[in-house]
Amino acid sequence: MSAMNGSEGAAAPLSPTALEVRGLSKTFRNAPTPVWSGISFQVPAGQRVAIIGGNGTGKSTLLRCCLRLIEPDAGEIRLHDKALTGAHFGHLRQMRAHVGFVFQKHNLVPRLSVLTNVLHGGMARARGPRYWLQSFAPRQEREYALHCLEQVKLAHLATRRADHLSGGQSQRVAIARALMQRPRMIFADEPVASLDPQAGEEVMETFAELTRAHGLTLMFVSHHLEHAMNYADRVLGLRGGKLDLDASVATESVASLRTLYA
Amino acid sequence: MPDSHASASTLPTRFGAPSPLSALLFVAFLAFFSWALAGAGISISSLINGLPNMARITGEMVPPATDRFLPMLQSVLVTFQMAIVGTVIGLVLSLPLAVLASRNHSPHPLVRSAVRGLISFVRTVPDLAWALFFVVSVGLGPFAGTLTLIVDTIGFCGRFFAEAMEEVDPGPPEAMAAIGAGPIDIIVCATLPMALPSLINTSLFALEKAVRSSVVLGLVGAGGIGAELAVSMETFRFDQASTIVLMILVLVIAVESLSSRARAHLIGGRG
Repeated sequence: MSAMNGSEGAAAPLSPTALEVRGLSKTFRNAPTPVWSGISFQVPAGQRVAIIGGNGTGKSTLLRCCLRLIEPDAGEIRLHDKALTGAHFGHLRQMRAHVGFVFQKHNLVPRLSVLTNVLHGGMARARGPRYWLQSFAPRQEREYALHCLEQVKLAHLATRRADHLSGGQSQRVAIARALMQRPRMIFADEPVASLDPQAGEEVMETFAELTRAHGLTLMFVSHHLEHAMNYADRVLGLRGGKLDLDASVATESVASLRTLYA
Repeated sequence: MPDSHASASTLPTRFGAPSPLSALLFVAFLAFFSWALAGAGISISSLINGLPNMARITGEMVPPATDRFLPMLQSVLVTFQMAIVGTVIGLVLSLPLAVLASRNHSPHPLVRSAVRGLISFVRTVPDLAWALFFVVSVGLGPFAGTLTLIVDTIGFCGRFFAEAMEEVDPGPPEAMAAIGAGPIDIIVCATLPMALPSLINTSLFALEKAVRSSVVLGLVGAGGIGAELAVSMETFRFDQASTIVLMILVLVIAVESLSSRARAHLIGGRG
């Protein structure tokens, strides 16, 4: 499969760069070969990017490395024109604050209420004991958390315990938590992998609406090629430890993307 | 009708023959137990000779004496107060130590090893040895007992709290880290709520353990009802001793019953 420059093929090439990755490599300890190496790409602000590839090709690792939740071995990452690689812990936290991360398994704190979980999204901006539980948080923050829940249509579940939600509801609360960060970019790691098709579509629709409404940059990992085609502007494909595909969805089809798994 | 389950393969034996090593270990264990039996001073004749004494003492325990009921009740309350204060202060001190001792939250492996070593040391020294140490250090009375219970609770809870924190699902703390939350926020907002059922269980067991320990601590002068029990036994007032034993029984059952209810209630809470 021929690789092409997705930045050029994407819809909004003149926007400032949200994420720039150059020469990124990662090898896990005791692994004989790197997960991938020499990964380079740029994501303009406002673009929606799908990362696809077979099992074990390092899609989730790539997403985590872009926020240094996993440390890359080599390469450079710039997030909103600031160097993420080499940033000390306090600076790293400030940069992470602008990126919402939605995980495959929502990762809500199960025993806490939905509103408290959403409130935690603002933790990098406003920290301290008052923000640990919704009961003690300032009114303004509680109102904004509720507003974020309204955007994912779950305000009526604000006081419910997070472990009493369905899978789809949990994932939408995780999106609300990401919105609470007032992010400029959202990373989503297989956000619908554990959901039934209906709930999966709802979650992807929610992503699409919110990224459009707020002008957010979106990078999501998915095994659903239809989701990549329907909800992304651009596709990055990993295969054999390399970035094997970098293309606009306008030039691809589900059938052509499927060859990446051959 | 022909047997449809007949098979050409040989059915394996139900129990395999023990390996030579297993047999050797079993014989070694028997030899070790015989040696331990000799050292333990087990004597059937002494047990038989002691039966009349047991019957006499049991007879003297009935009916329980009530002549010192109020001072005894006062001592039981002191025992309970020691247990509560010792456990609560011990729990509060255990939490930060457990954070430093846990693999996922300790700032450095050396810090973790040092704190784990400290907790192991505290736990390994028996509570009676701590009680004697504090009695000699701060004098007879409940303060020595309370200090002992604090140290004992740190040894017990420090280890189990750390293990509970290590066992939580790493997902929510990772999500908080991705948000940009600080280490203390991650511990308070993600790790502790998820470890809460285990922390509550351990805390309530620590309270039950402290109540039982505080009785024994009195025997070495560390305050509480144990001191009364020691005096009753030394002066052969077995009727008073039986009253004390009944009071201890009521106290332990009450604490265990209340802690079971508290456990059920607290573990169902919402943040």
